[in-house]
Amino acid sequence: MKNKKLLSLPYLIWMIGFTVIPLILILWYGFVDSTGAFTWDNILAIFRSEHLKPLGISLALSAASTVLCLLIGYPLALILRKAHIKKSGLIIFVFILPMWMNFLLRTYAWLNLLDDGGLILNIAQALGFRGNIVGTNGAILLGMVYNYLPFMILPLHNSISAIDDNVLNAARDLGANETQVNTRVILPLSVPGIISGVTMVFVPSLTTFVISDILGGRKVLLIGNIIEQEFSTASNWNLGSGLSLILMVFILISMAILNRYDKEGSTLA
Amino acid sequence: MKKRILAVVLCVLLASLAVVPGCGKEEKKVLKVYNWGEYIDEDLIAEFEKEYGIDVIYDTFATNEEMYPRIEADSSLYDVICPSEYMVEKMMKNGLLQEIDHTKLSNWKNIGESYLKILSDYIDPDNKYLVPYCWGTVGILYNTKLVDEEVDSWGILWDEKYAGSILMQDSVRDAFMVAQKYLGYSLNDTDQTHLEECAELLRQQYPLVKSYVIDEVRDKMIAGNTALGVIYSGEYLYCLEMNEDLAYALPKEGSNVWYDGWVITKNSKNVEEAYLWIDFLLRAENAAKNFDYITYPTPNVAAREFIDEEILNDQAVFPEDEQLKNCEMYIYLGQEAENRYYELWKTVK
Amino acid sequence: MKKLKKFFGAAYLGLIFVFLYAPIVTLIVYSFNSGKGRQWTGFSFTWYEKLFNSASIGNAVGNTLSIALLSSIIATVIGVISCIGINALKNKSRAVYMAINNIPLLNSDLVTGLSLMLLFIAVGVTSGYPTVLLAHITFNVPYVILSVLPRLRQTNKSAYEAAIDLGAKPAYAFYKVVIPEIMPGIISGFLMAFTMSLDDFIITHFTKGPGINTISTLIYSEVRRGVKPDMNALSTIMFLSAIVLLVLSNLVSKKQVGEVKAAAGEKKSKQAV
Repeated sequence: MKNKKLLSLPYLIWMIGFTVIPLILILWYGFVDSTGAFTWDNILAIFRSEHLKPLGISLALSAASTVLCLLIGYPLALILRKAHIKKSGLIIFVFILPMWMNFLLRTYAWLNLLDDGGLILNIAQALGFRGNIVGTNGAILLGMVYNYLPFMILPLHNSISAIDDNVLNAARDLGANETQVNTRVILPLSVPGIISGVTMVFVPSLTTFVISDILGGRKVLLIGNIIEQEFSTASNWNLGSGLSLILMVFILISMAILNRYDKEGSTLA
Repeated sequence: MKKRILAVVLCVLLASLAVVPGCGKEEKKVLKVYNWGEYIDEDLIAEFEKEYGIDVIYDTFATNEEMYPRIEADSSLYDVICPSEYMVEKMMKNGLLQEIDHTKLSNWKNIGESYLKILSDYIDPDNKYLVPYCWGTVGILYNTKLVDEEVDSWGILWDEKYAGSILMQDSVRDAFMVAQKYLGYSLNDTDQTHLEECAELLRQQYPLVKSYVIDEVRDKMIAGNTALGVIYSGEYLYCLEMNEDLAYALPKEGSNVWYDGWVITKNSKNVEEAYLWIDFLLRAENAAKNFDYITYPTPNVAAREFIDEEILNDQAVFPEDEQLKNCEMYIYLGQEAENRYYELWKTVK
Repeated sequence: MKKLKKFFGAAYLGLIFVFLYAPIVTLIVYSFNSGKGRQWTGFSFTWYEKLFNSASIGNAVGNTLSIALLSSIIATVIGVISCIGINALKNKSRAVYMAINNIPLLNSDLVTGLSLMLLFIAVGVTSGYPTVLLAHITFNVPYVILSVLPRLRQTNKSAYEAAIDLGAKPAYAFYKVVIPEIMPGIISGFLMAFTMSLDDFIITHFTKGPGINTISTLIYSEVRRGVKPDMNALSTIMFLSAIVLLVLSNLVSKKQVGEVKAAAGEKKSKQAV
């Protein structure tokens, strides 16, 4: 029995080497300056306007994309529940298929529609729109919603379609109307799905630098772009690490909040 | 059953190993080249590989600033690189490069004396590190259908008339250069108040800018919906060929005159191959062929006999000395000044 | 009333369908355009020819597949072996393992990629194919563990013990009794690891070296450089192969293999919450 336990050791060593130590490196770089002396500067740098603004835009856009995905995805999941079981398999297949195309190509596809000569920009201009779509916050938001919508739809669908028909019928028998069934029964029961979906949309939106790079015309910088640039062009690893730590804190906070809602949701259920 | 699974797993493993580059093959000579995007006629790479039996691993970067950190972290990453002069100075001073032995370059004589002299005077004494590849200026490419006034000043990039139709360069030094020259400062200025003034000017420009661009500037200008774009002079001929409405202007306030060239990294493991590569590109006919494709002016004077007279006389491509009188070369300003540029650049967007 | 509701439901599905597919369809249409720009100039296979003749795209496809395959196989082997070990541990030490296992899932890819880049630079490894492979194995193992460990804990110990009592060597008994029972977990862990590796961009971006591109990193450098119609052709091919693969896999197994990717994502978020 003893040697069985030893089998877990290689993995422990692997994870310490490739996960724990690298994180300690980020932590270390984040708290020292270029000479190696301890400093808070890299952390406090987040309060400088050139970093605060991208963080603000990132938070706003990722919150907006999460809400939009939820607003679009929830009715869809409800409709799918009502659809015939046999058909819903095919429909769900259709809705997650785009997810299997490369993430960068999906974003590039929108560039093709929104950039000069693109179909959507041409139509907008024919309708009297003057200006650019690429390089605006709206274009980035669109990119986020498009890329992450399937990640919202699937957990919602999974949790809503798993609700037992008998539960809904019981509610109806007890006099609930359709709206009440939706808000008082289905909604609380789908909280775990909502939480999953929200996490799967919010975190990647908050940390992305690719969508803003491709659809933002390099005009709009998100916090992900700032961090990426500190490493790849400014070669200021200390500042980049400091800002990454801030980003990690934001992710942890959002997880903690969601975690609480999840617990409340499950007690309701 | 057991054997079958084992066989399948083994087959899969073997198959994937076969795809892994370099595994199981015998040692072949290689050369790792790091160049700007869209900056060589790729046929030349194939010809070089064929002629010398060397495998070229070819990668590209978009800005000097993107290239530097990778080499700083590991200078054996690439063997030959093609940075701009000020970045060469930085790499030189930080000990990332090795000296070049001119006797190993049979075509060294093809490079024009005047170019070597200017580089030797400002950047690289006795031309020990940099082998000039292309040179040019930075100017404004404009669409004559959308701009019907004469373009002769950087000031047009602040004209509200062209709001949303201006493309700015997305590299720190080039963006600041535009503001510095417009305000009448040197492009090597490190005075903090001057720099802040420039940053303020660039912030004022931000709402008018359509995109900050690097290589994509030419496709965007060719598409024809954009009025003005800050561009390297070498892109002009190519753009003109694709869209005849485009014209190039070198603003009267002056601009940057730049030189890109090949350097060999300090810890290169393929030095002999690197020399062969540089010498290959210095051959007059190769330089001319390359010029035909990338349309960036070449300092290779021997190549000029293969280039059209008409193009040689095009002042946008090969400017006269008179036009260059207000132009300057970038020099390396030191890490501290560089950081200040960069910190201010972040406040622009 | 009911009919109206059904109509709105169908219209809503249709709208989202258009939203999801219009960009892809446009790409597919333009992949057959003869010109480089976004005006339609005529039908041609030019960009497909360019695509198939491009050595860099061929290399990127090869790298993507070999890295995905190798990293998921190695991650599965490591994952299964460590699950046996972890399963034998006491609750307390098991919690430590699970906490460490969750780190890559909790972290954003950006931080994981950057931290691995710092590690490789710190130990002085030249980045290249091996570093990308190591990085992929690292973010793949947790998915395998999360799929295999619950299965292993459900296995019936007495069957294994019975096999031993009947004279089987532990390794043989394990192979004959336990493995078949946890096989579904192994397969789904492997598939998750494979798809996550296939689709990764960010971590590869930070750990790759000279001459190493996967499809994702190649597309990234191409699309930032201007109009690239051969990327349209690549999109078409990738989209069609995704359809073919998913349809085939759905024919083979009744379970929606297509959901694997979302399941992996969900696993990630579940674990995080």
